[in-house]
Order: sequence, then C-alpha cells, then structure tokens
Amino acid sequence: MTPLYSQILNLLAALMLILAFAMLSQRRILSLIHLFTLQGLTVVCATALVAYITRQPELYYSAALTLVLKVFLIPWLLHRLIQRLRVQWDLETLINIPTLMLVGIVLVIIAFNLAAPIAQLAISIARGALGIALACVLLSFMMMITRAKAVPQVIGFLAMENALFFAATSATYGMPMMVELGIALDVLVGMLILGVFLFQIREQFDSLDIHHLEKLKED
Amino acid sequence: MNYFGLLAQSFAVLLALLLAPLLKGWVDLWRAWLQNRSAPSLLQPYRVLHKLFWKESVVADAASPLFRLAPYAVFGCMLLACAIVPTLSTDLPFAPVADAIALAGLFALARVFMSLAAMDIGTAFGSLGARREMLLGFLAEPALLMVLFNASLITGSTSLATIVETLGHQQFAIHPSLAVAGVAFTLVWLAENARIPVDNPATHLELTMIHEALLLEYSGRHLALMEWAASLKMFAYACIGVALFFPWGVAQAQSPAGMLPALPVLLFKLALGGVALALIETFSAKMRLFRVPEFLATAFLLAVIGLLVHALLGS
Repeated sequence: MTPLYSQILNLLAALMLILAFAMLSQRRILSLIHLFTLQGLTVVCATALVAYITRQPELYYSAALTLVLKVFLIPWLLHRLIQRLRVQWDLETLINIPTLMLVGIVLVIIAFNLAAPIAQLAISIARGALGIALACVLLSFMMMITRAKAVPQVIGFLAMENALFFAATSATYGMPMMVELGIALDVLVGMLILGVFLFQIREQFDSLDIHHLEKLKED
Repeated sequence: MNYFGLLAQSFAVLLALLLAPLLKGWVDLWRAWLQNRSAPSLLQPYRVLHKLFWKESVVADAASPLFRLAPYAVFGCMLLACAIVPTLSTDLPFAPVADAIALAGLFALARVFMSLAAMDIGTAFGSLGARREMLLGFLAEPALLMVLFNASLITGSTSLATIVETLGHQQFAIHPSLAVAGVAFTLVWLAENARIPVDNPATHLELTMIHEALLLEYSGRHLALMEWAASLKMFAYACIGVALFFPWGVAQAQSPAGMLPALPVLLFKLALGGVALALIETFSAKMRLFRVPEFLATAFLLAVIGLLVHALLGS
C-alpha cells in the first residue's frame, strides 16, 4: 500500500491530465484561461505537497513563485490581453474533437511507455507521475499545433511550461532555484513579448488567425 | 439462500421504488431554487404518478401489442437494475447473477423497448426521438462500460457488490483512475438521464427533445410507468455513482444492524448528488444535437484514460 501523500500526488497528476484534455477540446478562449489557471493551481498544490513530504524549503519558494506567476499574474495579463484585443467571446472552429482526443490518447500511451524506464530509475516519491507530466507536455504541444488563433497558441505554450515544471518536480524534486527563477522570468517576458506580437499581427492582418502569416507576399 | 439476503434485497428494491420519485423531486426543487423560480413541492412527482395512475390510458388505433408491453418491460428492466446496484447492503442474492456488464445490458434492453414502442405508432416525433435515443445509446453504453471497468480493474471483479465491498471496506486509498472515471461517469449520467447539456427534461413538444419524444403517445398508467421507470433509472445511476466513487457506509454482508446506519448515509450522499446535478444543469446550456457525439466521445476517451492511468500508477 502506497502512503497517502503519494496517492494525493498521483491524484493531482491525474487532475493535470484531465485539465490537459479539457484544454485540448475547449473552444472558448475565456474558458481556456480559466483552465490554465486551474492547471497552475494544481501544479502549486503538487509542488507544495512534495515540499512538505521531502521537507525541502526551496520547493516552498518555488511553489509560491508558481502561485504568484501562474495563478495570478499571467492569467491576469491574459485576461487584460483578450479584453484589449476584444476576443474574449471568440469561438474557434476546431477540427473534429473526437479525432483530436484519439490522437491525444495515442500520445498518452507513448508518453507512458517512454516514461516507464525513466521512472524505474528515479527514486523520488512521485516517479509514477512522470509519465503523466510527459503526456501533458505532449498534449500541450499538440494543442499549439492544432490551434489556428494566436491567443490559444500562447496558452498552449504556457501550459506546456506548466507541465514541464510538474515533470521536474515529480522526477527530481524540482530544478535548482536559479534555473527556476530564470525560467519564471523567461515565461513572464515571453508572455509580454507575445502580447506585443499579437497586437502587431492584429494590426497587420485585422485578425489573429495565424494562417495569414503563411503568405510570403501580398496578393 | 439465506433469509437476511432476501430481506436486504426486497428492502433495497422497495427503497428504490419509493425514493426514485423523491430524488427527481429533489433535483427539480434545487433547479427551481437555483434559477430563482418558485419551486414545486418535493412530493410533486408522487402526485403526478398518482394522477396518471388513476387516469384512463388511451392507446392509438395503430398500436401493436408491443406498444402496450413496452412500459412494463422498461419498468421491469429499471427495477432489476436498481436491485443489482448495492445501496444499503452488499449481501444481495441478485448480485452474483448479474454483474456490471449485465447492468449495461439491462439499460440497453429498456432503451430498445422504448425506441421500438416510439416507432410503433408511426408518428414523426416518435421515430425522430427513437433515432436520437439510439444515437445517444450507442455512444453512452461503451462509455458506461469503460467507467465500470475502471472500478473492475482496481477490485478485480465485475460484480458491483464485490466492487463496493472491496472499495468500501478495505483500507482508505485514493485511486487517481477513479477521479478520471468520475468525470466520465458524470458526462454519461447527464446524457443517459436526459439532463440539460444533452436533453431538456422540462420540455414538451420541442424539436430538441429526446426523452419526451419517446413518451409522446403514452397516457394514463402507461405514462406513469414510463415516468416512474425514468426516475428509477436516475436513481440507479445515482446509486452506481455512489457505489463506485463514494462506497463508504454500505453495510457489510451478513450484518442486519449495519443497514440501519447505512440508510441516512445513503440519503445524505444522494441528496448531495442531486444538488450537484442541479448545479451542473443550471450552469450549462443545452447543446446542439450534433455536439452530443463529441460530448459522449469525450466521456468514453476519459474513461479509457482512466484505464491507462491505472496501468501507469495502479501497481
């Protein structure tokens, strides 16, 4: 019988997976941001729990950093962004969600198989969750590929970062503090730059559909 | 065959018969409250049943015997389904005979009877509803089976009584795969019981209806049986949900005294489930019919993910 803590950790990992699939099949941008916030909160809970079990104070800082950045700051920035771009009620025409989810399941199987040998080598309590974290990374990646609009792609990118962070926590009890701070800053700055990009794209093409970027010259 | 098992079984069936309309009334009550309407009485479903049972039953000229038979068959299927699902005690004589797969089969049998009866008269609404019902059914059944298999994988048995016994009375454990399966089950529950994202239970004569379209030609005691069967189905589904995801508090086999405290626990869990259902219905909008396959495919795939998660984390 595995101890209760690691069971809760596994539950949080399963929650990450559910949220990743929910994001994959979500059409509304506003709901997508809410899901992203929830995913951030899940990562915070998981990190804090690992910190509590392993008694590593740095992980508490890392959890606090994630909380501020991914639960409050970035969702707030995203909300402001979509308000100023006036796309908060936008619907995206996704191609065939069941097919998308089937491909997602294949990705999950691949990720689980890939992670199995790594997880056997790892000694951390949350090694089982590594496969799920890897699956979440791949799913966010697929979300970025399948979206036609720019804002969901940005959210997909951020979700991928969340999943990577979760993978780091579950496999090796988090990265060194300096690396984590660097990544946090990167994500924030990346977010801001992408925001500027979005405005530029919009000004050039009157739309956030990135298919316009594929044309090399004016017709 | 022991007497206690028989007693527990008949008590469970009686309880299902009595409580099923109450659960429907409870959900309607909360729906009305949440939508700022003045609520119907909690006992309204009983009154409706009473009224319908005393009314004359009118049958169309073109009706075949199947049309008359269908309400009894559907009612019998749902009653049997309620008898298999352990509510108060796991010592049910019926349980070893019919497992979770047979349960899905019972629901399917009732669905076939309902659809055939709806097409029997030959009205446009009836065949439209029947076709929609079959569309829903062929998508919802595999999802339900996958959810049940999630629990079977953990407990190593497809018998619901054994599942509850293993999940409820062993050492407390959190199963991540059951969390995923729980989401899938909620989606199936909504679709199978004609609830709001899929079908609107409060509508008559609308082009979007599914469940009501099937019952359009029924009246009097036939309609009463159909309505009662629908609430029994909802009760059975709620009890499956309780049995799979919140199995604590169900009496052990061979302990008559355990059934007494099990009753308030069950009532409490069902009351909470009813409120949750009303909340979901209030927060969501009716889907277009062509979105429903997507909705149910999501449920099926989530249940499959549950199986995968169990394969990864379970051992």
